[in-house]
Amino acid sequence: MTAEVDPVTESAMSYVYAVSRAGTPLDEALAGRPGLEGGPLRAVRAGELMALVSSVPSALYGTEGMKAQMEDLGRLEVLARTHHAVVEAAYEHAAVLPMRLATVYLDDERVRGMLGEREPEFTALLDRLNDHVELGVKVYADPREAVTVSSGGPETDTAASPGRAYLQRRRAQQQNHRRTYRAAGAVASEVTARVAGIAAAHVTHRPQQGDLAQAAGENIVNDAYLVHGSQADAFRAALAGLADDTPGVRVEITGPWAPYSFATPPAPGGGGTR
Amino acid sequence: MNDELSTAMPGAGFAEPRAGLSAAPGGSPDDSIESLAGRQVALIDLLDRLLNGGAVLTGDLVLSVADVDLVHINLRAVIRSITSEEPAPW
Repeated sequence: MTAEVDPVTESAMSYVYAVSRAGTPLDEALAGRPGLEGGPLRAVRAGELMALVSSVPSALYGTEGMKAQMEDLGRLEVLARTHHAVVEAAYEHAAVLPMRLATVYLDDERVRGMLGEREPEFTALLDRLNDHVELGVKVYADPREAVTVSSGGPETDTAASPGRAYLQRRRAQQQNHRRTYRAAGAVASEVTARVAGIAAAHVTHRPQQGDLAQAAGENIVNDAYLVHGSQADAFRAALAGLADDTPGVRVEITGPWAPYSFATPPAPGGGGTR
Repeated sequence: MNDELSTAMPGAGFAEPRAGLSAAPGGSPDDSIESLAGRQVALIDLLDRLLNGGAVLTGDLVLSVADVDLVHINLRAVIRSITSEEPAPW
């Protein structure tokens, strides 16, 4: 990427946000609305399918440019949030297959070619995802919180020598740690059991960690469930209050999301990343 | 180099996530894209889905599936280096 490139005059590429069936209200709903870099959204149609696309400058979205964007957290966030905003808006109007971030084609003709090639697979996926939403479920273990809640329990022997008191405290900490993680594991199993009859599919994401994972405690389960729209409330109800009586364990539900985690078809012959 | 470049870039306004989205031109009466974007989801939940989920296509793809893993690694490095100095805004 070079700084002197002017994105206005520079050639453009086609960024694909989502694929849907052609002939739904989505065809016209978002046309002209701003996508990445403010470029207007448009529908690219082929056969029974349409792709929601906008033009992006090649300099910023070519191999080098895209890598640079992904390595700059501020720009990555804009990219991710804009992509997501378009997908969310689209999914208000029709069932969509969200694309992975950074899906870029040289031009609309290539997008059409891709749609034609993958039509059977995409229509099958869209049928499966139709009327469904994705709900995220995260389970956290936070031994420190368990301690705060249960303090008032058996205190360490105040008459004991300092060394002995220290050891008692250490042991209590370790027990609390083990207890909390065990309890979190039990809650996680209970989640799976309670939604088994409600969810249509289930995908496991890597537990969240690192500096972006800001929630208290350690994330031990980070799952996504595909749920029929009419069952979303039942799904939440089934998990309501699940960890209320388990100090140090927390369950968080996110969504509804467009079915991102279920848009990845089983890799035909290539290595899927899940 | 990233610092210098990104401030020099024409799209530097996008460095502010909310500003970038709400400053989108047009001001169309039906502003569902903006209002939905205003309902901020945690970036980490979003990245889980956008980097691991989503349909993966081939063709002119700038980044292959394998590269996405690479991105993940780079990303983590960036996240660490950024947050050690200045806390992330979310």
